[in-house]
This record gives sequence, C-alpha cells and structure tokens, in this order.
Amino acid sequence: MEFGLSSEQTLLQDSINRFLTDQVPLDEIRKVAAGETDDAKTWERLTDLGIPGLMVSEANGGLGLSSLDAAVVAESLGYHVTPSPFISSAVIAPVVLQLAGTREDLLGGVATGETRIGIAFAEAMGARRDAGISVDNGKLQGKSLFALDSDANYYLVTTVDKHIYLVSADAAGLEVKNLTTVDKTRTTCELIYSEVEAELISDDSAVFDKALDAGLVAIAADTLGAAQCALDQAVTYAGQRVQFNRVIASFQAVKHMCAEMAANLEPCRSMVWYAAHAFNEIPEEASMMASHTKAHLSEVGQFVTRTATEVHGGMGFTDLVGLHYWFKRAGFNRQILGSPEMLRERAASIQNLAA
Amino acid sequence: MDLSFGAEYEEFREEVQQFIADNGDKSPKQGGMSNDETISWQKLLIEAGYAARTIPKEYGGFGAEPDIIKSRIIAEEFSGAQLSTGLGGQGISMLTPVLLEMGTEEQKQQFIKPTIHGDLIWCQGYSEPGAGSDLASLSTKAELNGDEWVVNGQKIWTSTAHRADWIFCLVRTEPEAPKHQGISFLLFRMDTPGIEVRPLVDMTGEVNFNEVFFTDVRVPKGQIVGQRGQGWQVANAILGHERGSLAPPDAAQTRLNGIIKLMNTETINGDKLIHNPVYRDRLMKIQGRVLAMKCNDMRLLSARINKNQDAKLAGMIVKLQGTELRHELESLAIDVMGEIGIAYGDNPYLRGHGSWQFQYMFFLGLIIGGGTSQIQKNIISERGLGMPKEPKVEK
Repeated sequence: MEFGLSSEQTLLQDSINRFLTDQVPLDEIRKVAAGETDDAKTWERLTDLGIPGLMVSEANGGLGLSSLDAAVVAESLGYHVTPSPFISSAVIAPVVLQLAGTREDLLGGVATGETRIGIAFAEAMGARRDAGISVDNGKLQGKSLFALDSDANYYLVTTVDKHIYLVSADAAGLEVKNLTTVDKTRTTCELIYSEVEAELISDDSAVFDKALDAGLVAIAADTLGAAQCALDQAVTYAGQRVQFNRVIASFQAVKHMCAEMAANLEPCRSMVWYAAHAFNEIPEEASMMASHTKAHLSEVGQFVTRTATEVHGGMGFTDLVGLHYWFKRAGFNRQILGSPEMLRERAASIQNLAA
Repeated sequence: MDLSFGAEYEEFREEVQQFIADNGDKSPKQGGMSNDETISWQKLLIEAGYAARTIPKEYGGFGAEPDIIKSRIIAEEFSGAQLSTGLGGQGISMLTPVLLEMGTEEQKQQFIKPTIHGDLIWCQGYSEPGAGSDLASLSTKAELNGDEWVVNGQKIWTSTAHRADWIFCLVRTEPEAPKHQGISFLLFRMDTPGIEVRPLVDMTGEVNFNEVFFTDVRVPKGQIVGQRGQGWQVANAILGHERGSLAPPDAAQTRLNGIIKLMNTETINGDKLIHNPVYRDRLMKIQGRVLAMKCNDMRLLSARINKNQDAKLAGMIVKLQGTELRHELESLAIDVMGEIGIAYGDNPYLRGHGSWQFQYMFFLGLIIGGGTSQIQKNIISERGLGMPKEPKVEK
C-alpha cells in the first residue's frame, strides 16, 4: 500500500515548478494581466515538458498519463497562477474526444500545443439568464457564456441535455467575444451562434459526466496549489514584518490564522490525490469524489486566500504585493464548472439522496 | 498510488473474517468498561491475536511482530461488523506502551498482564487545577522520606479515578530544577490511605472525570518509571499516543451514516428531511469534510508503512480538525430533529438513545481536553509551519 505520489510524479512536479519559477514569474503574469502579452509562449514552452498532451493517449500522440498526473500539474499551475489553457485543452478535451471516439484526429495538434480546444460547459451545468442554445438541423443558435479560453481553435459546446458539439472558432456565424473576469490569468468568452455549423461529438451524458469529473479534479488541484502558495506567502511575510518590536509571526493571533489555514488545507491534498486516483481506478466513487473535492477545495481555497490576504495587512490589499492574483484564481475556480452548492447537490444526487 | 494491501494480507483478512463469523456473537454490546462479559471477550481476542497483538507473550500478550497493515485490517473488519475491539482505557492505551519502553523488568512482569487482561484498572494523574495547558507547571509534590515517597497535592480531569485500582501520576520531586526536569512518574494503588476521589459531574450530566486529592500518601520508593526527574519525557512519550486517536475519521463516517438514516426517517409535515435542500446541503458539506479527513488518514497510514513519505503536518492537524468536525456533525443531527433534538434523559421522543446531544457536548469536551484547539494551533504553527514561539514572560 502506498498512498501518495510516485517518484515520477514528484519529478514531474519538481521540473514544472522549476520551469514556472524561472520562466513565468509574477512580472510575466502581470504583463498577461495587463494585456501586453498572452499565454501562447508559456503554452508552447510547456510542450517541451509534454504538458498539453498529458492526457492524450500515446496512440493519439500524447503521453497517455492519468488524472493524478494532471492533478500534479494543475497544482503547480495554480501555485504559480500560470496563465494557460490546461484545464480545457489538456484535460477536458482529450477525455471527451477519446471517450466519444470521434475527431481524435484533432488530438495530435492538441498534444503539440498547436491546437487549443476550449470548453463551453456552463449551460449543461445550469443555463443562466441570457444563455441557452438550440440545435436545429445540426446548426447552433443562441449563446454560451463563460466558455474557457478566448484563444481556442475549436470549442466543445454542450447543450442542456448534455450533448456535446464541436465548433470551429472561425466557423461562419460564430462570434467569439472576450469576457473580462476578476481573474486575469485565465481567459473566458461568450460564444454567440447564428446558424453555426456544428459536429455532434457525443449524445451520451456519460461522456459529459466523465469529462466534467476530470475537469473538477483538475480545478480542485489548481485551487490546492493557489491556496498553498497563498499560505506560504503569508507565513513568509509574517516572519519578516515587525510591529511592537516583534515579527508578527510570533503573535498567537497571527499564528492561529496560519494554523487554521494549514489545518484546513493539508487534508485537501490527500483528497485531491484520492479523487484523481478514483477517476482512473475506482469508477464507482469517481463522480461523487470529484464533485465533493471541487466543492470542498472551493470552500477551503476561499478561506485560505482571504485569510492569507489578512495576514499581509494593508499590503495584502495592494497590487504591489500581488497576492490578489491567488485570491482571484481561487475565486474563479470556485464558480467555474459548478459552484460548491451545485456540486454538493450533484454529490447528493449521485448517492440517491436528492429528491 | 496503490491502495491494495496485497494477496498475503487479503488472506489474513479472510482469517479475521472467519474469526468474526465464528465468535462475533460473543462480543459485548458496549466496549471499554471492565465486566465479566468484556473481560472474557478480551481474553478471547488476545488468544486469537486481535488484541494486545504486539505485546510479548511473557507479559500476557499475543507476541506478534508489529505489522501496521494487519492491525489496520483487524480494525477495519471489527468496525465493519460493529464488534468491540476489546478493552480500552488509559492503562492499556497509555501506560502499557510506556512500561514496555521504559519500565523495569519487574514492573513489566507485575503490571502488563493484569492490565491488558482487564484485571487491573488504571487512571492517569496528570492535569491539576493550576496546570492545564501548561502541564509542566504541575505542583503536586513527592518528597522522599526513607524508602517512601510522600505525595501531597491535587489532580483534576482524572477519568475513571472512581473505579481505578491504580494510578500513574506525575509529581514534582525536584522543586529546585527547571520545570520540565523536576517531574517524576509514579505508580501507586488508589486504596492507599490519604487519597480522596470526588466525582465531577460534567455538562452531559454524567461523571466522566474526577478530582483526586492526595494528603501524605505514602508510595514505595521503587514504584517509579524512569529516573527521578525524567517524568516529563515519560509522559510526553504517551501524550503522542493520545492525540490522534481522539477523533478517528472512521467513527465520523459511522456517525454520518447515522445522520443520513435519520434524515430519511425524520419528517416535517410528512416530508423527509433529506428532501429539504437546506439540510441536505449542510449534510453534503459535512460529508465533504469527512471524506477529506478519511483521505488524510489513508496518507497517514501510508506514511507509517513507507518511511520515505512525509506526513508530519497531516498528522498534527488530526486532533484539531477531527474534534471540531465531530462537534459540528453531531450538531447537524440535532438541527435536523429540531425540538426533538433537545430531548434528553427520559424523554419518550428521544432518538438514538440521546446519543446526538450527548456526543455534541462530549466532543466540545474533547475540543478542550487532550490539548485544547488553541494549543493544537500553537503546535501546528510552530512545529508544522516553523513560526516562532511567543516570547516568554519573566516570572
């Protein structure tokens, strides 16, 4: 019995962390946030480490790794608040196409980072006011909101009945409009369809559910990393900041805030590992674990990033320190692909507890 | 990631299951307390190797090599079948490991067998009115007079003192030494003249603790574990045993299953509580936290098996998180029942024999006992996160 990361997974995480620390520091992220550059260069460089093709099967030109490997990568990306289309293009899209067994030809390009596939899943989770898609003769009409990745070449679009369609970003009648969110490290957009040609990828709700599970685990892992970094920064800052002739890390009020962050966050690491492991190895628990893990990490992520901000005092509130990037990353993750309330209801219904 | 224990262990699991099938009906309904039924079950378990498993045969145990996975399998199977895993109590869980490590041969011969067989009941004399979180400041003193220690002072929060045959007790023997180096670990009979036990009724309405007063209690010189002045090290060796075991996630899982059952039977205006989305969301929130602690527990088990894994912080947070979680979990069950949730004692509408209210209060006690939540946070921030200690106040 061995519950934890393998030595290969630890190695993978170390090399990504090293790469991100050196090549994508906060200054670089500020440039992306200011619109001076985008995530394309980072994504291209992550190709050297095999990241875009992590979950693409070897037959399709990728590494064919597991959800736990993806979680390890997502944790690092969250830790460094790295701008990238990892969740959509490297996690959800390969699961959809490989499970559906259609358009797998696209995955070679996904694995090399040349093709980016965005995700418009929000409507299948629960369509908001102003959103909604209808399909008529294989053509899409309506609107998807908060699709992941404004720079994608293709989008996987879901309808309320969990059917999944593939739409090319340059299809006639499609308008892709960038939507600004609090989190400038990711891009989202609205897709406005007027008689847009679409290819049905899957009408099996199980494909949607499995792809959703993969996405939920990866987002939870991203939050784990973001929260861990916020906590680390808080502990470091408290050890340097002097007031009343003492570092504030020696005050119990501050220590207890940090202890509460650690006490809530540490079990989350095991939970993410287990949920990721279940995705591949324990199918009967996978959806329940993925839902609970993303919901729970969202709660803990919110608590940790706000508390870490508070430990920084006034500086935590400024752009100067930049801690807000982590706060906003966790805030973004909390809402995307289902709020905690929606996911807990999903967990209840999987266990036949919902009415 | 490998969650299987392997074929050899699955064979062992089958053995345990066979034992349970053959003998399960002899298990007492309530574990813990010593009586004829629990003592004969305990003896049966030791014989089969399911209790006192790693204690050497010469001291009355089963004498197996320590094997974390086998112990885990035994715990899993017994809890799955809802059987008692044998006697508990501080003599078995805390004193016995200490005697094995630090006791003299004579002490091991004299005490371990009757203790693990339930013939000798112990209580633990640590906390004092003036020494709670700051245990090392304890002031109960023992002075050597000829061949005897003369003990004077008072202990508090002493569980089972009203039923105990013996006490293991921290006393100050070197008043001039720094506070951690002046303590000794004594063993003595509870019927020694000069001992008075006063039961403390707690908020649950039951007696779970006592106050114990010592007036010129005379203890033979040799009834000391470790050297004079080493008592703090001896005590710390066993406090580590206590903390993690106060709130195991498997027990939380069992209680959570109980709430689900409750929500499927309790109704408001004829509608089951499980159909109420507000209560259901609270249930799911608690379930998420229980799952997180269960995963944390798997990691801890794994780190005990695989010495290269580091789970220090994961272990440090268990007492804090586990007791807080249980308190909130029991509170949810009470809220689910509404007015029925406040029923207590002989109320005819009581659910689950009143265990929800009892545990709700009992876990508030555990949040405070065994190192308060605040002390746990000091430990986590200092030893887990490397933050500095509060500056010392001059005396």
